Amino acid sequence: MPISRRELLQALGAVAVFVLTGEVGWSTMRDVNSQPAIAAPPAPGGDVPKEQHQWAAVVDLRRCDGCTYCTDACQTTHFLPKEMEWIKIYEVQDTNGNRFFMPRLCMQCENPPCLKVCPVAATFKSSEGVILVNQDRCIGCRLCMAACPYEARYFNFRQPPRPPKSFDNPMPEFPVPQRKGTVGKCVLCVHYVDQGKLPACVEACPMGALYIADLNTRVMTNSSGETYEMSRYLSENDGFRLKEELNTSPRVWYVAGHGQTIEGQHWS
Amino acid sequence: MRPIMRPGQFFWVVVAGLSTLVLLALIAYLEQLKEGLGVTGLNQRVSWGFYISDMVFFIGVSYGGAMTSAILRLTNAPWRAPLSRLAETMAVMSVLVGAVFPLIDMGRPERMIYLFRYGQVGSPVLWDVIAVTTYLTAGAVFLYLPLIPDIAACRDRLGPAAGRVREFLYDRLALGWHGTPAQKHVLEWGTTVVAIVIIPLAVSVHSVLAFLFGVTSRPAWDSTILAPYFVLAAMFSGVATVILVTAAFRWAYHLEAYIEEKHFKYLAYIMMTLGAGYGYFMFAEYLTEGYKMHQGPGSILELLLVGRLAPFMWLFGVGGLIVPILLVALPWTRNVAGISVAALAVVLAMWLKRFLIVVPGLAQPLMPSSVVIYWPSRVEIAITLGAAAAIPLLMMLFFRLFPIISIFEIEEIAATDTTHHEEAAIGAAG
Repeated sequence: MPISRRELLQALGAVAVFVLTGEVGWSTMRDVNSQPAIAAPPAPGGDVPKEQHQWAAVVDLRRCDGCTYCTDACQTTHFLPKEMEWIKIYEVQDTNGNRFFMPRLCMQCENPPCLKVCPVAATFKSSEGVILVNQDRCIGCRLCMAACPYEARYFNFRQPPRPPKSFDNPMPEFPVPQRKGTVGKCVLCVHYVDQGKLPACVEACPMGALYIADLNTRVMTNSSGETYEMSRYLSENDGFRLKEELNTSPRVWYVAGHGQTIEGQHWS
Repeated sequence: MRPIMRPGQFFWVVVAGLSTLVLLALIAYLEQLKEGLGVTGLNQRVSWGFYISDMVFFIGVSYGGAMTSAILRLTNAPWRAPLSRLAETMAVMSVLVGAVFPLIDMGRPERMIYLFRYGQVGSPVLWDVIAVTTYLTAGAVFLYLPLIPDIAACRDRLGPAAGRVREFLYDRLALGWHGTPAQKHVLEWGTTVVAIVIIPLAVSVHSVLAFLFGVTSRPAWDSTILAPYFVLAAMFSGVATVILVTAAFRWAYHLEAYIEEKHFKYLAYIMMTLGAGYGYFMFAEYLTEGYKMHQGPGSILELLLVGRLAPFMWLFGVGGLIVPILLVALPWTRNVAGISVAALAVVLAMWLKRFLIVVPGLAQPLMPSSVVIYWPSRVEIAITLGAAAAIPLLMMLFFRLFPIISIFEIEEIAATDTTHHEEAAIGAAG
């Protein structure tokens, strides 16, 4: 029996639906790859709108004294329980036997492993390059936690602490309160930064060890108001990123100075 | 047809016992639904534990049932006839149970539908959803097709004695089977196709289960051999489970006339070969990693072979590989009892091995800190035990409705004195 036109159109419709859903499925992954590579210097006056920033961070390990004020400020701001250290301070012994402290926030990777493995696209990258979680979408499978090489993701095993009523409007940029059964992480306080304020951790650091940076304007600044041109500062101080070999291309740079191995590989 | 019509007291005692375990698991799950995954022993580092191990284990076990039946069917091994129904039923029931575990492990199970609405084909979770549902469908068809003539036999033999519900059920499910040559031809063709399809399907299921771990950059899982490793582990644990299930149902349903010692021996040889293969995979992995002792894989190896988890690892090596292989290899223990003990050891050890793949892979720090300990809570233990009890329970209820031994296949293969044999088969199955 020859296929009628109606049947043919229906069949084509089915194919189109498949192609479209496939399109949706791949789109977030393609976005990741089409983000400008961090290694390439931003074109001066390029096609990125002036008001659009590309947020990053710099951590000066020479200054961090391990006071954990940053962690406390983060937990207060986001109403987090104690075990959720979106910025976590590790105490590390370097190859010379000296101790130093290493704050770890979300690396805001250009090529984020957590985003790739998410089955429902709950994790996404904002237009400013910050990795966010849509906690209304997250199904709580925790594959992103297994995939993150920096252990920067946290799961709400229980009902998170309740903030005052006025806060009760969580959004990916300011996920307060956290949602039970979903994954949360450092959002670089993009909600504050967009208003011209510093992230809670940067603001709270008494040593000025934490800098917020913008890859477009190439400016970095800390709580003491010290401001540098990012690329020059990083090259003069041998800035490095964690686990370069994984090709995640983090947006957080470290500056060492205690004889640590530059690659940040050989912590004891 | 006694178990189908009038089960004995023993049947109900066992059903009650297994149902209690399942019920306790349900209660535990309700508590978890209410409180969140905080009722488990999981923590920020080890965020997968018992549930993910259970998922890999139960879905893995299923493959053994499907494989035993499919491969033996395709190679025309005549001795498989009395085993295939048991193996196929076990395969379907255990994948049903295994497929529930991703849901149990989910922080927001009510959002399961998002996997279809917003599904990302780049995520291994979605590969798992696709592979497991496809495999489950194929497994159900693989169980159902050879069941059709037996359902027809139930319909014809039991008649109105079966009661109205069953009479209706048998009538519908038999699809008008009357054993005509044309029907037999179609059935044989269909069964062969499904048997062929189910083998690569099962391989795909265990490969994508492995990719769930393999796509992360965790040193313990960062291995190219992971997918074949998982497939072999599934077959090994699955054949052991087939032996265990066969031994239990043979004893409880008095099937000694149909399932003989030789059946156990054949299955045990397959199990032994797979066990040796698994040991070889482990050796190949550990030798190359242990020789180099690179930071990540090296510290995992240390943790497993001489460190805190070494007692468990050696318990697996000795109790799950060496002892079972010896029990089968030595002629003095190569009997139903010895083989059953070996199979039990393999099943328990393979669960342990899954745990030793999942948990240390996460417990090992990726940042400069120390190993974090995970200990399961009573909720996780209750749910795991309930799941293990659910498989025999589902099988027993299934065999209340359908013959435990494939009457049709026994007939086909024996093909001698059909009527007499059929009577006998029904007598034993019933």
